[in-house]
Amino acid sequence: MTIQTVRNLRRFSQVLFFVVFCWLILKTNFDIDIDPTTVSEITLPYPVSIALQFDPLVALATLLANGTLFKGLLWSLVILIPTIFIGRFFCGWVCPLGSLNHWISEIKSERLSFRGKGKIESNRYKKYQRIKYYIFLFVIAAALFGTLQTGLLDPLPLLTRSIGTVVLPATHAAADGALGWVKSFGIQPVSSAAQSVYDFVAPTLLNFRRVHFHGILTIALLFGSILVLNRVFTRFWCRGLCPLGAMLGIFSRYAIFGLQKDEKSCDHCNLCLLSCQGADNPDIGARWRQPECHLCLNCQAICPQGSLKFKFFPTLEGTTTNPPPVQKVDMSKRKVVASLAGGAALFPLLRSGDSFEVNANERLIRPPGSVAEDDFLARCIRCGQCMRVCPNNALHPTMLESGLEGIWTPILIARIGYCEPSCTLCGQVCPTGAILELTMTEKVGDKETPPNRIGTAFFDRGRCLPWAMATPCIVCEEWCPTSPKSIYLKEEVVLDREGNEVRVQRPYIDPNICTGCGACEFACPVVDRPAVYITSVGESRSPDNQLLLKRKKAVRTSQGDTV
Amino acid sequence: MKRREFLKRTTKATALAAVCGGTGWFFNNRQWFNYEPPMVSKHDFEVAPDNRLPQLTLTRDENHAAALHDALDAIGSIRRFVQPGERVTIKPNVGWDRTAAQAATTSPLLVGEMVRLCLEAGASKVIVTDVTCSEARRCFLRSGIWEAAEKAGAEVILPVQDDYIMMDLGGELLTTWPVLKHFVETDRLINMPIVKHHSLSSCTISMKNLYGILGGRRNQLHQEINQSIVDLASFSRPTLTVVDATRVLMRGGPQGGSLDDVNIEHTVMCATDQVAADARAAEFLGLDATRVGHIVLAEKAGLGTIDYRSVGYKENI
Repeated sequence: MTIQTVRNLRRFSQVLFFVVFCWLILKTNFDIDIDPTTVSEITLPYPVSIALQFDPLVALATLLANGTLFKGLLWSLVILIPTIFIGRFFCGWVCPLGSLNHWISEIKSERLSFRGKGKIESNRYKKYQRIKYYIFLFVIAAALFGTLQTGLLDPLPLLTRSIGTVVLPATHAAADGALGWVKSFGIQPVSSAAQSVYDFVAPTLLNFRRVHFHGILTIALLFGSILVLNRVFTRFWCRGLCPLGAMLGIFSRYAIFGLQKDEKSCDHCNLCLLSCQGADNPDIGARWRQPECHLCLNCQAICPQGSLKFKFFPTLEGTTTNPPPVQKVDMSKRKVVASLAGGAALFPLLRSGDSFEVNANERLIRPPGSVAEDDFLARCIRCGQCMRVCPNNALHPTMLESGLEGIWTPILIARIGYCEPSCTLCGQVCPTGAILELTMTEKVGDKETPPNRIGTAFFDRGRCLPWAMATPCIVCEEWCPTSPKSIYLKEEVVLDREGNEVRVQRPYIDPNICTGCGACEFACPVVDRPAVYITSVGESRSPDNQLLLKRKKAVRTSQGDTV
Repeated sequence: MKRREFLKRTTKATALAAVCGGTGWFFNNRQWFNYEPPMVSKHDFEVAPDNRLPQLTLTRDENHAAALHDALDAIGSIRRFVQPGERVTIKPNVGWDRTAAQAATTSPLLVGEMVRLCLEAGASKVIVTDVTCSEARRCFLRSGIWEAAEKAGAEVILPVQDDYIMMDLGGELLTTWPVLKHFVETDRLINMPIVKHHSLSSCTISMKNLYGILGGRRNQLHQEINQSIVDLASFSRPTLTVVDATRVLMRGGPQGGSLDDVNIEHTVMCATDQVAADARAAEFLGLDATRVGHIVLAEKAGLGTIDYRSVGYKENI
């Protein structure tokens, strides 16, 4: 097999993994048939979050933060173990964000039009490339103390989140907008042609309903910056910032595969530097840096003299003009200690203030099946799969509702969508067990099992039509999905302004039955600030955030909490 | 400055100024894109009254398809309502994410059978749709109506934003409101409600089922539920109403959820008078129609007769 074939294999592999990755996100969707004759559980036919389970950084960080490897995360060894032997093949061959950066970096621009010195210089190893190791050590130390921040910058959750909550919804909105615009010309053949194009792409690319996500601009900003930075430095993100790349770089410390340079045949044409992706000094005369190399094999493929060869057990001896390769990561001990100390200090900084119960926003409604808040923050990698799969568009990325620590974790905004009682999809797609998978019985409850509660509904009697304005309404009671309904009515005779007697039914909440699904808040006709709303009190996941003494006991017993 | 250059530069500047001024003048007080004018659509799909035939028929039969055939034949058979080549829209109640057994949605078996009957009568196309309360996909899937209707040959349409047209309903309360176009751009409309309890209007049967032709913020309609139901029933006049009383939701309506709240009645009704149909169906819920606000108001508005026995009522139990 020639080196060109291997390089083409690498290109094919990049496309393949990118397509599979996107396909999995597209399939994270309530796009399936269910058996309509029974209240069967709706399950997704594909393991749509499997790509995230192959991520060694997710595995390591969640293991440190919560002490277990959640189901499926063992898959990450499939990436990690080969890396130990051959180096960062993941970055050059597999990583979808890496491939995206690769392709965007290679788009022709004025930067590339003057090939030569400028680009060669930018592709030499630079000190900024150490930043990723410091980021990695920082988030890992933070994870060890219990706050999981890797997901903000870990490429797989980052790309999943960005595609699921930004790219796809924005594409949908743009497609709808473009279609409407073309149709507004009123030219029949043009309209129908546009419609058929739309109908052709819709089943694969667009969600079955148009969704939007709260405050996605921050997610878009990070993602956009990462892509744009490729125009400044080739694969700036992969070289300088990516914590997963750093982890794989550190783990390739003892790699037995690497670049061997033949000094004699080299004529110093520098073509290898021109095509280098990782800025790992493939040229003769500089130390090749194993932890920076993405194994893209461009240098070997482009070398006209055949001076560069990737092989097992490359010789580590060098000459005076050609120093030997290094496998050590370029970090000073002081900076390592400083990064770790910084990460360790993050946890007390974030948590030493008020307790969650005091500090958390009362509208911090977590998805059904979520674990208690401190454990949740030790598990959630902010991949946004739960938001993508939610059929009611109920789950959204937080901004500051769970503090700076929990940015982009999921929150239910009932005004936009409520939690469907018959649905357990978010728990099915969560790759780290921040949201546990519920059975239908655990979700809606039966005579023995209590239902899963995400909060409790309350009335704002000053805004409620039957309570404040002598006007019939009770839409909330109509929508209440529990059986029997948590919202009950009492008919009362009230006086209107003129003193006429009006019979209205006034709604009340039975907190013993309410699960906090938010259907009432969703449906309330008081549009701007609803007269019935849910808050997190009573949520099954917290033994302390409880309203009723009886329930408190039940939650504590079920969680084996003896405090 | 040379004369030539002076002329060149001033001409260019003047031309640009003229374009700006012209554009401003042209668009002043005028909208450059036109919204499509509201379509003139039909909303009265009633058939001519026939005194020889009853206006309400009721059949009880454990074979629900047979019950439908029997009730329909007694009111003049499908050929009275659907002519060859016509487009038919069927409006079942698909309001909630519930299974058929939970009796919050119309029986899929009856919907499928109705589709088949319409196609046999020569309908060119049968559409089954509804503006659901819960997420439409879930409702159509779980109710079984999607599967049943498609198998029988209908086109099941889940409403999307573009499918609504603003219409003047001409009601006392309901004026301009978005209506799902499939309920007005068709030749025949068949209303297929299920009989359910409702805390505000006492019952949800055929007239209340017409809520489902509307989009928009229809939760505000509850504030004047009786008048808004009557306004809707005066606006949208179905060709035929087929009431599914095979299962009746006695409590916890309109969403239900518990099988304990469901009574099994094995009954199907066909009606050309919705008030009569609602009056009869209310009896399943133990209600006296003369005390149900919207039914009384509908009779007053001349939409039909509560005393269903006086308009020709045929029962086959």
